[in-house]
Amino acid sequence: MSLTRRNALVLGSAAFVVTLVPLHAFAASEKTMADIKAFSGGAAVSNGGIDLTTPEIAENGNTVPVQFSAPGAKRVMILADGNPSPGVGTFNFGALGDASGSIRIRLAGTQDVVAIAEMADGTYVQIAKTVKVTIGGCGG
Amino acid sequence: MISRRDFLQATVATSAIYGAGDFTRAAAQQSLSQDKLFEFKTTGNVTLIHITDIHGQLKPVYFREPEVNLGIGIVNGLPPHVTGKDFLKLFDMTPGTSEAYALTYNDFSALAKTYGRMGGLDRVATVLNSIRSERPDALLLDGGDTWQGSYTTHHTQGQDMVNVMNALKPDAMTSHWEFTLGIDRVTEIVDTLDFPFLGANIFDKEWDEPAYEPYKMFERGGVKIAVIGQAFPYMPIANPGWMFPDLSFGVREERMIEVVAEVRELGAELVVLLSHNGFDVDRKLASRVNGIDVILTGHTHDALPEPVLVGSTMLIASGSNGKFVTRLDLDVRDGEVKGFAHKLIPIFSDVIAPDPAVRALIDEQRAPFTDQLSEVLGTTDQELYRRGNFNGTWDDLLCNALIEEREADIALSPGFRWGPSLLPGQDITREDLFNVTAMSYPEAYRSEMTGEFLHIILEDVADNLFNPDPYYQQGGDMVRVGGMGYSIDVSKPQGSRITDMTILKTGKKLEADKTYQVAGWASVNEETEGPAIWDVAESWIKKQSSVNINPNTSVKVTGV
Repeated sequence: MSLTRRNALVLGSAAFVVTLVPLHAFAASEKTMADIKAFSGGAAVSNGGIDLTTPEIAENGNTVPVQFSAPGAKRVMILADGNPSPGVGTFNFGALGDASGSIRIRLAGTQDVVAIAEMADGTYVQIAKTVKVTIGGCGG
Repeated sequence: MISRRDFLQATVATSAIYGAGDFTRAAAQQSLSQDKLFEFKTTGNVTLIHITDIHGQLKPVYFREPEVNLGIGIVNGLPPHVTGKDFLKLFDMTPGTSEAYALTYNDFSALAKTYGRMGGLDRVATVLNSIRSERPDALLLDGGDTWQGSYTTHHTQGQDMVNVMNALKPDAMTSHWEFTLGIDRVTEIVDTLDFPFLGANIFDKEWDEPAYEPYKMFERGGVKIAVIGQAFPYMPIANPGWMFPDLSFGVREERMIEVVAEVRELGAELVVLLSHNGFDVDRKLASRVNGIDVILTGHTHDALPEPVLVGSTMLIASGSNGKFVTRLDLDVRDGEVKGFAHKLIPIFSDVIAPDPAVRALIDEQRAPFTDQLSEVLGTTDQELYRRGNFNGTWDDLLCNALIEEREADIALSPGFRWGPSLLPGQDITREDLFNVTAMSYPEAYRSEMTGEFLHIILEDVADNLFNPDPYYQQGGDMVRVGGMGYSIDVSKPQGSRITDMTILKTGKKLEADKTYQVAGWASVNEETEGPAIWDVAESWIKKQSSVNINPNTSVKVTGV
């Protein structure tokens, strides 16, 4: 008897949708909204064209590594939505820059980190990722 | 077309013993012959052997699988979140059989008397000899949590396990609890290993550079194989980060994508991920990272008699504490897996003959500690076990000991998944107690906490278990609580799952700003002070005529 992948029972995987997590639903604080508005001048901000890499769970909430990449962007602003002052900083890029960078930020607690870019054509894109800050201590 | 039934018969070591109680132990074992357990149709050109989460268990043990193992969100009701009778039904198994005993909790103590202890690395050695006689170049891969979890492992700083595992000749390993020996000891051991200690997700914190080899390339049966290692992602969060202060971990999905691309570039025709992520994290990773053929899962201690397929990636779950070894044969041609044969081999210690050389080596590791290991501290009236999302009788015992010995209102015991079981009527030896407590930060603290802070702790730990996104789960169970009951709605977000926190003694609700005396152990904080948990528990056990644990009904679970 030869067992092939095709013959094997695919346990439960039929019910398993590849997109595990819905697109990040991002509900920003008022302060964050104001910062975004100031950055974009009130222009519409869409998703896509920008990447943000954060740890899912911070190893140390006082210094959380954050990396972003927005090819072709002129400016990128980073916000920590749940901090008393969400503004972290704005990166400005020349025409030859690859519009990517990394920074370590302090997070007051579990919250969304947001990156917004102004692209070369004057449009705006954003991305948000949740970083969990936990007291930890009960792993397997 | 092969039916589900054929597949099961081909992949699970079965022995149809009905009504186990009617059979003598000898009869049951006779029909369970070693040949039958090893029966396997050698397939294809590559063999992988997977063992993981041994937790220092050199000798055979009883190990009761969980009754409660909830899956949150879209994994609800999918393996491994299926237990007991549902598990037997799903995998078409009969209650009372050897595989039912090995894989579920039902009638555990009765079946344990029939089928005996499981595991023992000398028996594992016999399994390896048998597989290697058919496929000499089979790869043996150890998923980690190997150098921690027993009296001898604790007192030799993992050396007993290193010595015995070296005799089994693994081809690679990855890690989790290994790092709780402290970075200096880990480095000292790793320098002596003949095989790589892999961890693609372990980085030097200061320079953000890879700290360990990410993968190792092998050539077996004419096939280029890449074995990538992935250590436990939440090492510095779930365990004391100060013991390995310069290392950073994490799931690091982008890194995994890069490493898979790199090994494919190097010509890998088969990509194997030796993982300590935990099953649900691996299931998500498999759905988001292309190019991994096989994930050998670990950490969450699940044992599954069939592979779970996610897209074209096979997920293998090989249990814990030495109870099982997985053999996976693969037919790899033209850079593709064309076929496979799989078997989760249960290590029935009374059926599989121990390898004499490894048995002698194990005895040698234990010899200096014989008196301490065998000292009887008490006896138990109940089954003592650890596994279950919310409680287990071993942790109830530890919580009772903490409350009474440390004069506390409330006790907390971490949701570890390691630690074998004892049967009603058995003696509790010092070895048994260390099997559920042995680790490098055992201090039993006593401190004052407000009701509000206790609520924050419970919410925090619950989110590590019940966050619907597996990348935010740490893979342990819920912190065990003594002296206090609570209700939990697992479907709610963090902050609103836990309600009705009640002091059991008085029936009074906890007050947010009132202070309570809390005793616990295994704090990840460096300055923690107190006697070792095993000393607290030993003192308590010795005061009992025999240990009697009332059924724990103090956690009310909803939202499943």
